[in-house]
Amino acid sequence: MWAEEHLPHLSVWQEDALHPEDFQRNFFCVCISVSPGAQPFLEQIESSAEALQDYGVSVVKVNCPTEDVSKYCGKENALRKAFLFRGNRLIREFPTDALFDVNSIVANVLFALLFNEVKYVETLADLENIENVLKGKSNMVFAYVPATGTAEHRAVMEAAFVYGTIHQFVLTTEAALLKATSHDDPDVSSAWLLFCHCQQATEPAQPCRRTALAPPLTLLSIHRHLKLMGAPLVTEVAEDPEKISTVHLQLGLPLVFILSQKETYEADRRTAEFVAWQLLGKAGVALLSRDRVDLNVLQRSNVAIKTPEEGMPIQYLVLEDTDEVITLVEDKNKVKQIQEVEQEEEEEDEEEKENNNQDIQDDQVVEAVSRDKKRELPLEQVLVLTEENFHSSLSKAARTVVLFYASWEAVSLAVLRCYSEVASLLKGTPGVLLSRVNCWDWPGLCSQENVTQFPTMRIYKEGQQSVTYGGMWGTEELSSFILLSKVSCPLKLATMDEAEGYLRGEFPPELSSHQHTSLLGVFSTATTEAREAFEEAGNILSGHIRMGMYFEDDALSLSRKYSVSPPALLLARSGGRSVESIALSKHSVQDMVQMIRYQLLDIFPEITVSNLPQYLQLGKPFLILFSAGDISQMESKEMLKVAKGRAQQTFVACWLNLKNTPVGHGILRTYFSTTPSLPVLLWVKLHAGGQVFKFPSEQPITEMNILSWLEKLQAGLEIPSSTLSEEDWKPPLPAYDFLQMMEPPVPELSPHPGDTPAQQPPQSPGGDTARGDRATREKPSQESTAEEIGSPGRGLRGTAPRLAARDKQGKRHSEL
Amino acid sequence: MAPEVCGTLLGLALCAGSLCVVRGATFLYHDYCVIGAGPAGLQVAYFFQQAGRDYIVFERSHAPGSFFALYPRHRKLISINKQYTGKSNSEFNLRHDWNSLLSHDRRLLFRHYSRDFFPNADTMVRYLEDFASLLKLQVQYNTAIIHVTLEKNEQAWNGHYFLLTDQDRKNYKCSCLLVAAGTWVPNVVNFPGSEYVEGYETVSINPEDFTGQTVLILGRGNSAFETAENILGVTNFIHMVSRSRVRLSWATHYVGDLRAINNGLLDTYQLKSLDGLLEGDLEDLAIVKDKKGKLHITLRFYLENRNISADIDSITLPQDELDNFATRAPYDRVIRCLGWKFDFSIYNRSLRMMPGKGNIKKYPQIKPSYESRGTRGLFVLGTASHSVDFRKSAGGFIHGFRYTTRAVHHLLENRHHGVPWPSTVYPITQLTNSIIKRVNEASGLYQMFSVLADIILLRDNATTFEYLEEYPIGVLAELEMQTGRKARNGLFVIIMEYGRNFSGADKDVFYYNRAVGEAQHAWQSNFLHPVIYYYKHLPTEREMRLRHPDWPLPRPDAIHHIVEDFLTDWTAPNAHILPLRRFLENCLSTDLRNFFAESCFLFAFTHEKLPPSCQQGYVRMQGLVGGQELRHHAVQAGLLQDYTHTDFSDDRPPDSHDGSQEQLMRDHGIPVHPLQHLVNAKDEL
Repeated sequence: MWAEEHLPHLSVWQEDALHPEDFQRNFFCVCISVSPGAQPFLEQIESSAEALQDYGVSVVKVNCPTEDVSKYCGKENALRKAFLFRGNRLIREFPTDALFDVNSIVANVLFALLFNEVKYVETLADLENIENVLKGKSNMVFAYVPATGTAEHRAVMEAAFVYGTIHQFVLTTEAALLKATSHDDPDVSSAWLLFCHCQQATEPAQPCRRTALAPPLTLLSIHRHLKLMGAPLVTEVAEDPEKISTVHLQLGLPLVFILSQKETYEADRRTAEFVAWQLLGKAGVALLSRDRVDLNVLQRSNVAIKTPEEGMPIQYLVLEDTDEVITLVEDKNKVKQIQEVEQEEEEEDEEEKENNNQDIQDDQVVEAVSRDKKRELPLEQVLVLTEENFHSSLSKAARTVVLFYASWEAVSLAVLRCYSEVASLLKGTPGVLLSRVNCWDWPGLCSQENVTQFPTMRIYKEGQQSVTYGGMWGTEELSSFILLSKVSCPLKLATMDEAEGYLRGEFPPELSSHQHTSLLGVFSTATTEAREAFEEAGNILSGHIRMGMYFEDDALSLSRKYSVSPPALLLARSGGRSVESIALSKHSVQDMVQMIRYQLLDIFPEITVSNLPQYLQLGKPFLILFSAGDISQMESKEMLKVAKGRAQQTFVACWLNLKNTPVGHGILRTYFSTTPSLPVLLWVKLHAGGQVFKFPSEQPITEMNILSWLEKLQAGLEIPSSTLSEEDWKPPLPAYDFLQMMEPPVPELSPHPGDTPAQQPPQSPGGDTARGDRATREKPSQESTAEEIGSPGRGLRGTAPRLAARDKQGKRHSEL
Repeated sequence: MAPEVCGTLLGLALCAGSLCVVRGATFLYHDYCVIGAGPAGLQVAYFFQQAGRDYIVFERSHAPGSFFALYPRHRKLISINKQYTGKSNSEFNLRHDWNSLLSHDRRLLFRHYSRDFFPNADTMVRYLEDFASLLKLQVQYNTAIIHVTLEKNEQAWNGHYFLLTDQDRKNYKCSCLLVAAGTWVPNVVNFPGSEYVEGYETVSINPEDFTGQTVLILGRGNSAFETAENILGVTNFIHMVSRSRVRLSWATHYVGDLRAINNGLLDTYQLKSLDGLLEGDLEDLAIVKDKKGKLHITLRFYLENRNISADIDSITLPQDELDNFATRAPYDRVIRCLGWKFDFSIYNRSLRMMPGKGNIKKYPQIKPSYESRGTRGLFVLGTASHSVDFRKSAGGFIHGFRYTTRAVHHLLENRHHGVPWPSTVYPITQLTNSIIKRVNEASGLYQMFSVLADIILLRDNATTFEYLEEYPIGVLAELEMQTGRKARNGLFVIIMEYGRNFSGADKDVFYYNRAVGEAQHAWQSNFLHPVIYYYKHLPTEREMRLRHPDWPLPRPDAIHHIVEDFLTDWTAPNAHILPLRRFLENCLSTDLRNFFAESCFLFAFTHEKLPPSCQQGYVRMQGLVGGQELRHHAVQAGLLQDYTHTDFSDDRPPDSHDGSQEQLMRDHGIPVHPLQHLVNAKDEL
């Protein structure tokens, strides 16, 4: 049949030649002369015939012979005309210059054909009228094309052909109208399509929500858009999200799941709807009920994203607010980033992100003790004292050692650990009772005993004043103190043999195992003043030093042996090679204590963690030799020479064995960033300037070399290798700024009537309500529910993680 | 010290021994006179006794605690006597012992007197008798002071002496007067027919006397409910009328409001029984008695211009016009339980003892230092001093005023004897500890929350501090003058607070999610929790006056809340101590961490300055060595570098080695070990 053919060459248009069954069909008739100039046009017509056929439009070409004067060919100007018929009724007559290509032909034909379905408007009023009519009934598709006959126009018309019965299509070419409908300035040179959700707009005053489809407009894009607009806003899901498929996924868009549970369903539903509106056309939104689906994900997760790509797992996220969801969809790369951040921060909250690590313990003692808290201490040897038994227990043993501590305090607990070791070391030692008082249990006892600091260790002796320990809190130091305290200080020696034995470290026998410097005061019977001062000094130094005194009649013979005249001190250092003798010139107790302390210092000591403070107190620079192990005899000899030399008073010559004091590595690395070749000799100006100088490694360590190096140093000819940090010890991390949280410092009017604002102190607290409001905003955790009802979707905090947190708290507190 | 010995050093020419003759009258002189040997009077007497001061207590009755001999009528005290707390800490245990007075004598703890959680009032009387006699307090019984006046004298401590006259016209003269007379004058309302009303002080307490009767109770306090409770089972019904709505103490957190132990009537009211509560102004009431002796409630309004003694039938009753008037049923008895007020009558006008305004009109006007607003040297103690914290804290009750009394004594010691407020000086390294210790055990801070505060005065460029306990914050601005201590380097004020807006008569204190668990939300804590205010300068009186009405103190330079704790145990290292340390560090701009000796050793060689804990410990040869396990834990936590296994012949690049220790030194920041998050379980239960 001719109608089926492409451009059948009908010589004459004959109405009655048409088949009756074609009457209802649309005919697009092109009447055109066969003049050769019309050839390109005919080609376009020919191409559009196929497209038009999809819409049930047949294209017929009529050759108008010059002599023909039929109804359509006859007119002179009809030579370039096209006609559209429905059945045999002429619908529209087209000037052929409007039909310049396939797009324009299809667009114009469909436009004419869908005259009733697609409203053309020119003014905003027209558009609003249509909108108002549609409100509550059906939705509207409003399209703007810069000109008719364009590809976009065609796409709109083609879409209208399909969806025209479902939605009201409205078309305009008025750029002004487009601008009037849009808030931001749209590009009027390209076509726009707005889907207006008028069906949901029940209030006459309420405008229809619009969802724009960004250019370019193609039939496919419009189709997709309308399909998405037709899908339900929020899909309720109660099955495994992995198995879910929606329009969005089919159309290559992601699907966002809002994870919900019974308790928060209403809020979550609102959140989901809010998000869905924001993401309309960009992603689908589904509400996933946790209660009905067994999800193996974090309780805190509140959002999941399923991408259309096959085999991509669903990502579960913890997001703070809806903006994050939207950004997430709009910028897919961010999914990854956010996810990574989330994983890093694992259990952290928003605040903690800001405050970084404030809540992480950075006190090494506290942390170490709390990590050790599960270990049970072997304290069976240590008597627990209470308010009731304190005084009675003290009278039971010759010496009672009491450790006062607080069971919640970290340093106390660290010392208690040493103390338990001391207890097992001293187990079976006669005459010593180890005990402890927990001041958290017995505050009255502790304040009565004048214990103001934790921990405090005291030795109570029958009938004597107690001695408070003032040394290092280490097992060795504590046991040494307790042992030394067993012997009275100073110990009165009765015979020459005892005195000699004492200097050799053999007397008294209970201390013979104890390596310690022995100090013997030799007094003639006449020197009572010095002797009394010495005894008093002994009380002060009790437990730290072995002190003996000899004041028998033959004291002179002892002093003669060591060529001193009493009053004098004899000093036998541990190792006991020689006995040094010191004449006593000062007789005040304080001077004596200081002198004894000073005399006990070594000339060329090995510096350790425990003895450094004694040398630090001298306030002198350090000439220190770092050695990997013991120092060689040669080095030792040379250094000793330097130490004993004229410069002895001006600096501390010492050495450090890295094997005994590994932390020395830390020192070297701070100075040189790497450990230099060892041994290394350094000059450290600890108390002035803090420069560190390194003795040239190529020079052998000899007295001569050292002294000339020191001279150059003093003359400023050497360059320091390093300088000690001058930094102050500032707070390691900020505190929670509760003042800020309670009321941000906003300039406010005086809250007290009668005070002029000028009088008001600037930091005066603000009005109560204002503060309350702000506080709520600042911290939605407390009263977020109410706020979320007010503005759905503002935050996601009301949902799953919040609930989880609430559960946690509940268990902790109110539900116990 | 015997009262006869006149301890005054004021060199009164007219004084011979303790007898002073002024204008012909004979006066017995004492530095301090105390009126009333109730709990507050005995408490202050104890402090005077301990300090060796010249004082005397006057008691009108033959024994101490005469109020408790009569009241409460039904004999059950509503102050708790908790025998067991699971703790031996005597200071902490006082938090749950509301009846004991403060003393050094451990026999004088109330739990040795009664095993009842709510003890009998007779026990209190016995306790007070023992307190006075065991401690040998100077109490002069059977002496009712009936008049107090002033005698100007420039040499007197306060510019005047107090002259007291007793019922036998005996005269006494004192430099300082402490009024601990309580509030014992019953509140009476006068309205037509009030003669038919029985008073709480005399009404029968035998329930049988109320069998089958209909009772109206005026008042809505604990005495009213206690009265109702007693007769609830035998009456037809009980109605209670009062102007204000009922205030439940568990909602207001005020122990003076209606206590759960007395609220049986609320139960029957709300559970559709016959008993009920009504609100109305008592001043508008009138009562008329009908021929059968029944009492009808009407309004004063109807009786105006009418003879009260007129026949009942001629008087309009509300139900005549409003036939569903609530109290239309006639009553058999009307009982007044309206509380008590201070006896202002004995004070001469020159003392200007004025009643407070509004709801504190039953109390005399006093300053937050408990000194009378009208007369210098006159202090009000005990229940009568409750205007300072009425309906807020516990200052009107034994468990509160035993502390405020001690505070007053400290103020007096400083003012008259040059003994500054007791304090202890500590090195700054003990700052966190001393606060933690106090907030965990201090009873005065706990009972007198938001009224008494511990004060930390920074000294010596914040290397040491001075700790003052339980100072009345109302006179914070006068701290230097009142305590004799200096606050030049800034101060911390430690108080306990309930969450703002948490307490109140109409508040739901059981709402879901009411407890804050996380330290960073601590400022929203609702239950009683410690709050620390930091001021760079002592607030001025002006700042105190202009402070926000909801704030106990003016806006500080920084504030810290320790998060509320279910066990009121604030010793958790991470949730309680760590945030507090950060707060203190940031206020003082220093690093208050503890370090092992080894770290201090390293710092000594690498830093010119040392952190306070090394400075005050290690350098003074009191470093913390720490055992193997602890060092191992610290290394594992990334807070200590282990150099033991360092192979020093190997010259590896420093970075591979540089542990957290070096970072610790470099920026004082904390090294975050990747494992930190996993192993550092944050003390969650």
